Amino acid sequence: MKMSKEEFWRWPEYRHTVEGIDPTKGKVISGGVDIGSVSSKTVIMVDGEVFAQSVMRTGSSSPDSAERTMNWALENTGLTLKDVNYVVGTGYGRVNIPFAQKAITEIACHGRGANFMWGPTVRTVLDMGGQDCKAIRVDEKGKVQNFLMNDKCAAGTGRGMEVFADLLSVPIQEVGDRSLAVKEEPQSVSSTCVVFAKSEAVGLLRSGWSKDEVLAAYCQAMAHRVVDLLNRVGVEKEFVITGGIAKNIGIVKRVEKELGIQALKPDQWRGDPRFDPMLAGAAGAALFAKVLYERSQG
Amino acid sequence: MLIANYGYKDGSGEYFIALDTAKCDGCGKCAEVCPASVLEVIPNDFDIDDGNIMSVQEQHRHKLKYSCAPCKKTSGDDEPPCVSACPTQAISHFLSTAKGQML
Amino acid sequence: MITIGIDFGAKNVKVVILNDDKIVARGSALTGFDLKIATKAASEMALKAAELKIEDIVHITETGIGQGSVDFAADSVSEVGANAKAGVKLLATARTIIDVGAEEARAVKCDETGSMEDFVVNERCAAGAGAFVEAMSRALEVELGQMGPMSLKATDAVPMNAQCTVFAESEVVSLIHNQTPKANIARAIHDAIAERVVSMVRRLGITEAVLLIGGLAYDVGFVDSMKRGLGVEVHVPEFPEYVSAYGAALVAQERVKK
Repeated sequence: MKMSKEEFWRWPEYRHTVEGIDPTKGKVISGGVDIGSVSSKTVIMVDGEVFAQSVMRTGSSSPDSAERTMNWALENTGLTLKDVNYVVGTGYGRVNIPFAQKAITEIACHGRGANFMWGPTVRTVLDMGGQDCKAIRVDEKGKVQNFLMNDKCAAGTGRGMEVFADLLSVPIQEVGDRSLAVKEEPQSVSSTCVVFAKSEAVGLLRSGWSKDEVLAAYCQAMAHRVVDLLNRVGVEKEFVITGGIAKNIGIVKRVEKELGIQALKPDQWRGDPRFDPMLAGAAGAALFAKVLYERSQG
Repeated sequence: MLIANYGYKDGSGEYFIALDTAKCDGCGKCAEVCPASVLEVIPNDFDIDDGNIMSVQEQHRHKLKYSCAPCKKTSGDDEPPCVSACPTQAISHFLSTAKGQML
Repeated sequence: MITIGIDFGAKNVKVVILNDDKIVARGSALTGFDLKIATKAASEMALKAAELKIEDIVHITETGIGQGSVDFAADSVSEVGANAKAGVKLLATARTIIDVGAEEARAVKCDETGSMEDFVVNERCAAGAGAFVEAMSRALEVELGQMGPMSLKATDAVPMNAQCTVFAESEVVSLIHNQTPKANIARAIHDAIAERVVSMVRRLGITEAVLLIGGLAYDVGFVDSMKRGLGVEVHVPEFPEYVSAYGAALVAQERVKK
């Protein structure tokens, strides 16, 4: 993708330390590293509570990205990698994390992570990642019951949305709000394929549609696609959305409308609005790491 | 009781392989008969329990339509070899084009 | 008897004027956003070249994506039907006709009379059609017409994993950053789309002779990849993108005769 001078697709990278936790007083320091095709995330936990986290764009090398995200999460915490008792790797790049003791599928980690973030009432998780979509059914412990992975096409993924943001020169964080600013919901774009949807969008703009209307049409098509997937595994309350696109209110609201079910929001369980839905996989991995470490200690 | 669905739906149709992990015992017969090496047996990392199960190889997950196409001839209702080979009927294919033409 | 065949393509509208056994003229215009305007332009171009007027035309048959949206033609025929008819006329031994256009790809198996026995279609996914090569040529910063000749100069096979055009673009960018020679990338691109088309054709079974038509058949790199992928000789007629329109014009003749 040829990036315009202003990079509309770029979302903010960051690290964060949670205040009030003293890692030296903890029994188990565990790490979860989620290397996705678009973003790399780390969550460090002290006795199962989130202590530090980082989110950044994945580079061209998975091991390299893993090291960078882990080191960034550890920055200014007083901890080094040696202090982390056990690391579980997950995500697309999970087998290439040199410092992880075990790799666990992102499906299991997202299920566990959603349970951690929202509690034992969660039954259906929709993960909209950078390059794929997953629909996951879990039990009260966050254990996976059924899942569907949609792993090929940019439609309904973060990358698809990035392409559109770039096409319309709208910063990606504004896409959701602007798509909801329309007076009347327009007809959705007819092509699922991002490449064809782009041509369609150009045609719509030419015939007088506003950018907000085009965004609405695209968000509607993406929401519909995602609901289609969800219906294949069946949706049971409570329903939550993880992954980067959970922050796109335009998609979230349309998915909720089509399903007739409200999704729990990020601040509805952990109470901390900064707890990023993008971190669900890494959080689940960190929790698995804690259990595996405790098991290894006998 | 975990049903794992690998594959995708795109504008041209739906292409999924569904695996009933409760029925799969990791015997690997499906992987042996697949002419395109789509399937593999891996340690069960769906949770932190043990055992082996079947999985769709990562590089094939986004091209099941193409990888599985040669086993789904337009004429004849033959089951793909992986489905026939499985002793516990743990595998099913859901492959169909957008216009409903069964793949 | 003079008939016209119109093929509404995603990228171009093609028109063929047929007088009994002879193709007297061709015309094409970019489909753009208005099919009526494009059809008018393509038809006028062909009529002018043939030195004919619309009144001289006995019957018009249409095919392609825009069927029914322009009140120009008397009736329509499916793309695969048109391809089968035209295929055996162009090559009497043709039994598998593969058509790769800008946005769709299709393959038809036929008998010696041009009657369809079976067909497969690859639609609504840019990675399975010409749009893929076009998008990759932009990522590679190579003119579309140069992609074919460049790919024939490849020294090595490079794997391409992405199956989606959007992801493949990123993969091409990575390959460029890794100093992979452009010729090798170009070949990988043609091999990737050929692999997808070939896998669909395998569902029909490959019955020789194989005819390759549609706009992408102009791309020598794609033709080469198809030959290697199919493992048989691949025949490309002159003006491959007009074959569907030619088929529609032949069908128009048949219908008048009935």
